[in-house]
Amino acid sequence: MTTQSEATNHKTISKDMRIGLFIPCYIDMMFPEVGIATLQLLERLGLNVSYPLNQTCCGQPMSNSGDEVNSAPAEHLFVENFKEYDFIIGPAGSCVKQVRCHFDTIDQTDEVKHIRQHTYELVEFLHDILQVDSFPWAEFQHSVAIHNSCSSIRGLGIAKPSEIMGVPFDKTANLLSKVKGLVLVPVDRPDDCCGFGGTFCVTDEAVSARMGLEKAHDHLRHGAEYVVSPDMSCLMHQQGIARRVGLNLKYIHVAQVLNDGPF
Amino acid sequence: MDNANQVDPAKSAELFILHDQVHEPMHDRFLWATMQRRDAEAAAIPEWEELREIASKIKEHTLTHLDHYLEAFEANATKRGAHVHWALDAAEHNEIVFSILKDHGVEEMIKSKSMLQEECQMTPFLQSRGIKVIESDLGERIQQLDGQPPSHIVFPAIHKTRKDVAELFARSVGTDPNNDDPHFLTEVMRNNARPRFLAAGAGMTGGNFAVAETGTFMVCTNEGNADIGASVPPLHIASIGIEKLVPRVEDLGVFLRLLSRSAEGTPLTQYSSHFTGPRKGGELHIVLVDNGRSRRLGMPDFWHSLKCIRCGACMNTCPVYRRSGGLAYGATYSGPIGVILDPTFDEFKYSELPFHSTLCGSCTDVCPVKIDISDQIFKWRRVMAKKGYLPLAKRLSFAVSGHVLGHPEEYHAMEKVAEPAIDYAPHFLLYNRSLNPWGRDRELPQIVKQTFREWYLANRS
Amino acid sequence: MSTFKFSREVILGTIRANVPKQQVEHPQIPVFQHPDRPLKSEFERRLQQAGGASHDVGTMAGAESKLMTLHPGAKVICSAVPEIAGTRRVEKVRDPHELADVDVGIVRARFGVAETGAIWLTQEDLVVDALAVLSQHLIVLLDPDQIVGDMHDAYRRVRLDETSYGCFMMGPSATADVEATLVHGAQGARSLNIFFLPPHSAPPAN
Ligand code: SF4
Repeated sequence: MTTQSEATNHKTISKDMRIGLFIPCYIDMMFPEVGIATLQLLERLGLNVSYPLNQTCCGQPMSNSGDEVNSAPAEHLFVENFKEYDFIIGPAGSCVKQVRCHFDTIDQTDEVKHIRQHTYELVEFLHDILQVDSFPWAEFQHSVAIHNSCSSIRGLGIAKPSEIMGVPFDKTANLLSKVKGLVLVPVDRPDDCCGFGGTFCVTDEAVSARMGLEKAHDHLRHGAEYVVSPDMSCLMHQQGIARRVGLNLKYIHVAQVLNDGPF
Repeated sequence: MDNANQVDPAKSAELFILHDQVHEPMHDRFLWATMQRRDAEAAAIPEWEELREIASKIKEHTLTHLDHYLEAFEANATKRGAHVHWALDAAEHNEIVFSILKDHGVEEMIKSKSMLQEECQMTPFLQSRGIKVIESDLGERIQQLDGQPPSHIVFPAIHKTRKDVAELFARSVGTDPNNDDPHFLTEVMRNNARPRFLAAGAGMTGGNFAVAETGTFMVCTNEGNADIGASVPPLHIASIGIEKLVPRVEDLGVFLRLLSRSAEGTPLTQYSSHFTGPRKGGELHIVLVDNGRSRRLGMPDFWHSLKCIRCGACMNTCPVYRRSGGLAYGATYSGPIGVILDPTFDEFKYSELPFHSTLCGSCTDVCPVKIDISDQIFKWRRVMAKKGYLPLAKRLSFAVSGHVLGHPEEYHAMEKVAEPAIDYAPHFLLYNRSLNPWGRDRELPQIVKQTFREWYLANRS
Repeated sequence: MSTFKFSREVILGTIRANVPKQQVEHPQIPVFQHPDRPLKSEFERRLQQAGGASHDVGTMAGAESKLMTLHPGAKVICSAVPEIAGTRRVEKVRDPHELADVDVGIVRARFGVAETGAIWLTQEDLVVDALAVLSQHLIVLLDPDQIVGDMHDAYRRVRLDETSYGCFMMGPSATADVEATLVHGAQGARSLNIFFLPPHSAPPAN
């Protein structure tokens, strides 16, 4: 049995499908509005979404530092929490990449395999699986620079990396271009890393900060009012830098724009 | 653990950035511009991605048959009149070179750029034995005069301003310190090097590729200095890493189309020179060098790094390298390729290098021979963590968070008493709070009243 | 001559012990199709980008006069080609050091490569290899019909088993080692001029 949502123009989806909402720890605690926007957006699109209450973290910070011993408990818990779901959706490219690419030191049980294959980042889920072609409820009268994170570009294939030759594409831009009023501004170095890099931002503070500052200036130079990203972690870093030096830029998650808030 | 001989790239990079407002931005800008040229050149070749794939496969094929191709190369080069030597390590390489020079009574030698000879620390060795060694590549010469190793495998002095070079030349060769015109500075070194080429008893080169089927090796330069060193002095010695082999002449077409486009955004280097046996009236010695390469071949996670053709594209594209300068890596090889090669020489000394990366993955995508550089950096982190080389602060905090994050009750209990939330939030901000490196250049995110979980419990359950 | 007689066996032995079990096939290198493009103009465009220049000199007399306009002050002109006599014949040179004073070297290239603007020079063309790099300036004769498309075509033409030295030369010597500023004439030739001229059929000058 299928059902059409209020949007009516996206791919029909089975009502029986269970969607597990994966809200990474830092979004839970520092950017709850991103979690709310993601949940509301998926509900608007007619999906049956629930948020497993026992979730903590995907283990990425430890795993990215090479510490598989200490990342394993978090990874096992993640599997426990989400094994019942058909799709697991998270509004965070780097955390989804962690699940998909780096859950490789724990036992590859059927459950682990299922989870690695069915965990999606929000933009790719909307773009590739749901193939949403309009967001009639959304309006955003601002100029926007996109920041696709490196994990999203080179780990998940959300946009063509500039180093690879071929036809350019950018799934985030594609979705945002369907939002009324929104103007996308091009930047000089769209896919040069912003310097967040997880623990890198504190272990390599000087380099990280320099990269972030240049990123902010690139956005500002091209007249962006907002920087919009599928990865709040990069934005947390960029925003911290822009605020410190008093640059007039606002940073929000792509879910907030597509859902028309909360901001 | 004694940290005395551990390289600290983060610290050195910070010094490079804080040094002044000139060097780091210039370094970043030049390398970025090089990348832009590379992108344009690559885009002009419809089969670019196919070429990368073929190049990668040729290298994998060669490496999985390396003993065979080395023997074929040796046989063919010998047949053409070259003397082929085998060096197990750097020390043997240096001894072999020295004994050849000694046998020929050579007192002065001129060399072109060779990362392998850098790796072997050949120049200081020969000089300590009384042989005068002159670098002829301009960038290498600048670094030699300044007593520094090259900071980039293609552009050895890319971290220096023209002013730095003018002052260096004023000190070392007595030119006007205020004349920092690159044309003038280049001309100074041309005129300085010419007599040395003519006086040298031997010329040394490296080798970019060695062709098994003909016994040929190739050297790519822009200055033509390798060609002068090979064609003027009576003796030519080439140091070639055993991983430089390719099976056939036609393979060179693939690699040459990729190499300079990737390295500098030009279709070729100005000189792509092929040496097969000694020149008329000359003598040619080839030293095949292992120095850890055959051991690396047996490392399942890391043997692909042997495919490297030393184009430097991974360095140019690396956002961390561009801001750090190559000297920050404290090793022969810097940038992403250095991060994955250097620990094979000394795991402890270079244990911090794999952490000097954001894992952005750009290096993997740019690499003309498709080395999984970024994945290897990630895997080196695992090696370092297993060996206990994780920085102490990371070790302790990850042990705590590893436990807490695996136990939801404890995690949510912590979350509840968190006041403000940031105190418990992402441990990657937390583990080193006493130094608060987050806050040096960044504001903290604003504190929220209600976590998403709390909102969900209030609105959806 | 090496003092380390066993190293060869140790290296090959370690390789055999360590060589990855998964053997990879040598891939086929396809013939890449390029849109029909005029090879000569592509060659000239690339040559210019590389800092070189080309001239349709037409005849041997045209070549002589072009040489004079390009290098009016040249004292030592060392020629390896029958079409232009020069002031010194390279065949007479016994030792490369004798070329240290050459102002202009003249040589004929077997072919050029459109994709790169490079020409192929061998020991046989140069007679003395050092002519290519010790000459302050270089003039290269090239038959405009001898231009191949890309580097794959080029390698199908070279015979590395027949020459001890072969060089794809793409423009004059260059460096960008000081502040990434491009400067020509680093160590080798300061300039490279290509004269389009089919091989002579008349008897050699001189
Ligand atoms: S690793 Fe790849 S990109 Fe880096 S220098 Fe080697 S070949 Fe070039």
